[in-house]
Amino acid sequence: MTGLQIRLDLPRAGFDLQVDLDLPARGITVLFGPSGSGKTSVLRCVAGLERARAARVVVGGEVWQDDAARVFLPTHRRALGYVFQEASLFDHLDVRGNLHYGLRRSGSAQAAQTLQTAVGLLGIADLLDRRPDALSGGERQRVAIARALATAPRLLLLDEPMAALDQARRQEILPWLERMRDELCIPMLYVTHSADELARLADHLVVLERGRVKGAGPAGEVLAAIESPVVVGEDAGALLQGRLAERDAQWQLARVDFPGGALWLRDSGVPVGRAVRLRVLARDVSLTTEEPRHTSIQNHLPCRIESMAPDAHASQLLVRVVCGESVLLARITRRAVDALGLHAGSAAWAQVKSVALVQ
Amino acid sequence: MLLGPDALQAIWLTIQLATCTTLLLLLLATPLAWWLTQTRSRWVAPIGALVTLPLVLPPSVLGFYLLVAMGPHGPLGQFTQAMGWGVLSFTFTGLLIGSMVFSLPFAVQPLQHAFESLGRRPMEVAATLRARPLDAFFTVALPQARSGLVTAAILTFAHTVGEFGVVLMIGGNIPGQTRVVSTQIYGHVEAMEYAQAHALAGGMLLFSFAVLFCLALLRRRQARVLP
Repeated sequence: MTGLQIRLDLPRAGFDLQVDLDLPARGITVLFGPSGSGKTSVLRCVAGLERARAARVVVGGEVWQDDAARVFLPTHRRALGYVFQEASLFDHLDVRGNLHYGLRRSGSAQAAQTLQTAVGLLGIADLLDRRPDALSGGERQRVAIARALATAPRLLLLDEPMAALDQARRQEILPWLERMRDELCIPMLYVTHSADELARLADHLVVLERGRVKGAGPAGEVLAAIESPVVVGEDAGALLQGRLAERDAQWQLARVDFPGGALWLRDSGVPVGRAVRLRVLARDVSLTTEEPRHTSIQNHLPCRIESMAPDAHASQLLVRVVCGESVLLARITRRAVDALGLHAGSAAWAQVKSVALVQ
Repeated sequence: MLLGPDALQAIWLTIQLATCTTLLLLLLATPLAWWLTQTRSRWVAPIGALVTLPLVLPPSVLGFYLLVAMGPHGPLGQFTQAMGWGVLSFTFTGLLIGSMVFSLPFAVQPLQHAFESLGRRPMEVAATLRARPLDAFFTVALPQARSGLVTAAILTFAHTVGEFGVVLMIGGNIPGQTRVVSTQIYGHVEAMEYAQAHALAGGMLLFSFAVLFCLALLRRRQARVLP
């Protein structure tokens, strides 16, 4: 067992936080849920900043906490990096002093190497001599991430690292986080309530609601589960993993191939061959029983209806359709289902009005 | 010459007393203030009140109890005699203990406020960066609370220089041993030596003003530096 095992029981005002998770040792696991669902508490318990009862936290085979065996490592003995919501830089030290604080104490030969990589990855080499109060919000958070990495952690915990930033700054940080995910071999636990960050970053997904795990698994699978939809309302949708296959200079479009089909979308300059994620919202997918011909919608995929489930509003249904190996969600009215005679197993065409490239 | 050898002796003794009080009290007050901000013990309220007591008690009350305690029949006096140190009342050491007690709130409160305003976050960050609690205290909490430390030092020093009642009660007024500026002024006034009293009193006035002025400047600078 080299992954991440988290079992907690923490009484909270209003509800008990109870989780029992086995998470992969690679990539970003997003802890997703509304505010007050216990996401941050999970992170704090994993870090040992809060003490859950009957807890067991094992990271890469190393037991950090096991109340059954009376094991509790204090935070400073857990090989973790923690990025708080606010950057929380030490304002009595400059950027270099902040970065070296953990480096000096980690006692790991690998830490200096990791820090150097992190400084490059996060683009903060020019900031080293600045004071924290002379940095922008985005810069501060990048420094905080590099500082957390400087201890060569076995697990990186990020608690809504972008919550305190405006939209422009978020867009500035996201690419750095994606690079970290792709280039560092450090598993990350990432807390957020933003469906956008979830779609861009999650490899693995854990959805929390009022202290309970509502869904856990590979991000694509969890998002496409309609019987107990974890992301409801306007944000419901599927996540597709694909590869950019073609760029059409004449029409400024790009084609992304995914297992089971291909979709055309706006060419945003991503080079051919790059692995990408597509987010297809349920509200942007409609179904027809014949191949649509005279329509402005460019993307239609043959598919098979797998299952249907009630949606947030009584007039609507969420329909799970399979295209090859991939799954799409469509939001359509009950009346349309009735009029077209749609049922589980029937063949249909999915019309996709809009696709977002999330990386 | 307005400042005769008596006056200079009193000034020198005052500086010695204030310096020793400040240094020893900071060593004592820093861990105490830290404990008061960090602990969830039910002793916080009574101990906090005890620390603040010298702020509201008349110096004569405080001085009286200290005198009794340090006297030959008091518990402290019995102890110091048993240890072979003699009786501390009417000595510089006794005066030092008295002014430490008297100035305790002036050292503890600024530190306590500074530690409280840090919140738990800096210490948590330090812990996630592998710093042991004691390490984190010296490398994060103390440097970040430096303004509180400076305020505590200045206030303690100034307050010690300005104390009178406690000094008179437990120090007596022995030249070269326990006669500080404030009691010296009192002596001058008693003896109708107004010129000498003026010189020392004016000096004290200027000193006190300068201290408070510096403190105000310091606060304004911090307000500008901190976001």
